[in-house]
Amino acid sequence: MARAEQLPLTMTPSPEPRRLALLWRRAPFLPLLIILAFIGSALLADLLTPHSPTKVSLPKRLRPPAWVEGGSWTHPLGTDPLGRDVLARLVYGARVSLLVAALTLALGGGVGLGIGLLAGYHGGRLDSVLMRAADITMAFPIILFAILLVAMLGGGLFNVVVSIALVLWARYARVIRGEVLSLMQRDFIARARVNGCSPLRLIVVHLLPNVLNTLMVLLSLQVGWLIIVESSLSFLGAGIPPPTPSWGSMIAEGRDYLTRAWWVSLFPGLAIMLTVLAFNLFGDWLRDRLDPRQRQV
Amino acid sequence: MYRYVARRCLQALLALLVLSAVVFGLVRLTGDPTLLMLPEDASAEDIARLRRALGLDRPLPVQYWIFLRNALQGDFGRSIRGQVPVRDLIAERFPYSLRLAAASFAITLLLAVPLGVLAAVYKGSWLDRLAQVVAVLGQSLPMFWVGILLIQVFAVQLRLLPSGGTGSVAHYVLPAFTLGWWLVAGIMRLLRSSMLEVLDSEFVKLARLKGLSEARVIWKHALRNALIPVVTFGGIYLAVLITAAILVETVFAWPGLGRLVYEAIVFRDFPVVQAVVLLTAALVIVSSLVVDILYAYLDPRIRYG
Repeated sequence: MARAEQLPLTMTPSPEPRRLALLWRRAPFLPLLIILAFIGSALLADLLTPHSPTKVSLPKRLRPPAWVEGGSWTHPLGTDPLGRDVLARLVYGARVSLLVAALTLALGGGVGLGIGLLAGYHGGRLDSVLMRAADITMAFPIILFAILLVAMLGGGLFNVVVSIALVLWARYARVIRGEVLSLMQRDFIARARVNGCSPLRLIVVHLLPNVLNTLMVLLSLQVGWLIIVESSLSFLGAGIPPPTPSWGSMIAEGRDYLTRAWWVSLFPGLAIMLTVLAFNLFGDWLRDRLDPRQRQV
Repeated sequence: MYRYVARRCLQALLALLVLSAVVFGLVRLTGDPTLLMLPEDASAEDIARLRRALGLDRPLPVQYWIFLRNALQGDFGRSIRGQVPVRDLIAERFPYSLRLAAASFAITLLLAVPLGVLAAVYKGSWLDRLAQVVAVLGQSLPMFWVGILLIQVFAVQLRLLPSGGTGSVAHYVLPAFTLGWWLVAGIMRLLRSSMLEVLDSEFVKLARLKGLSEARVIWKHALRNALIPVVTFGGIYLAVLITAAILVETVFAWPGLGRLVYEAIVFRDFPVVQAVVLLTAALVIVSSLVVDILYAYLDPRIRYG
């Protein structure tokens, strides 16, 4: 896996300024708008909808969306099998998705960054031990591992975040370490050393700022994927436990009602699609701007 | 070359060993299976007897050693839930997973290779843009949702295809397509960018100068070289496929390993979880080892790097 991870970087093609360039030559406005709407609804969920996302009201179950016959604007996107407002659950579900993505990236990315910096700077035995650990970690299929851990520790935000982050750090460590290795060959590092720079200062002041671009690109490219991972876990019942609304579990709840009440599963799926699409397009754009050498798998 | 191969094999072996220890440790932490297997009013004596029968009373290192020794002989113990040997369970489910994987891989190659090549050759055309849309959507759509929608449209509304289970060729269409689309996106993007690079290289120009037909230049000379980085990611694709299979097999009630491990985790069936997780992770490790060695064989710079 080690080689497989590194090789394409050495045979990277000339940068491609044209990928989807016709749509967003300067900045991806539509994706940015969707991302802002996503973050906004996650933060302001309480203000955006008058309905509770968890209050069960059986008499109002499976009301259709407003524009369908029988629907009303009280529940613009209809209600689910337990009579809860779909729009309210969508808006609150954004909170779960954002929280999981942000926390796993902070944790996994932070640990990966630290280990990558350390391994790349220190080199030698420490480097090879850490990188072997990263290789082994990357051999774990992430969803399988997360299901295993959640089954073991029980569901909940904390456990989901920890189990994803436990696998996630490895990729960051690998990429950052590669970056640091090439930085270590540069003159300014040698000069800093000659000037008597302490190892800590060398890492924090000279190496860290130079890997931030790579880190940002990697982070932004993975937000969308993490949202999918979270929703997949929730769909399988190994994520955030009900009644907390999560887009994945909403899809699972509506699955048996598709023929009668398509809106229960359709809207959360659309929400995932739009959000992930927005983050992916934004990440692609960011990569082209900040780090044309990075390539997405 | 031999030294490199030996080193990589040793690394892979070490990785497998660590993996087995991690899996063993994790699964042991998930709780006592005897509590699930016995009725709630079982006496302490009954519990102790069952634990002894399952070997759960031995010290952990001993349990691990026994587990490792047996695993090497292909013996993963008995499923706690069904009392059948785990090996039989896996042998029964594995072919289904393999067939599904093969079917979706075939769909992937059929779609990804022509699309990736044509997108690179006709860069900027409507075809290129279409390919990009397919790729971006493939990576942005939650697979289980795509599966549910496909069932709704093709099985429930149009009644063209079965909604789940196995049997005829028709049963393969929806799950294989759902699983394949995800892969198409990744492979197509990679192939397109590596194809663009290759098309720009000297040997392609030489091939054209020699007077070879454009089709021959593209589909033989260029494609062969452009496929190399795609092959490198074989190990990663396998991991993606396995992960995705859990979701797809759950949605389509496909009796493969993905569903097996999901059920096993729900029922805390230690031996089954151990065996399947180990098997899949080992598959990933071994396939990336094979890819690395192949790659080193093809490209000497790696051996000495």
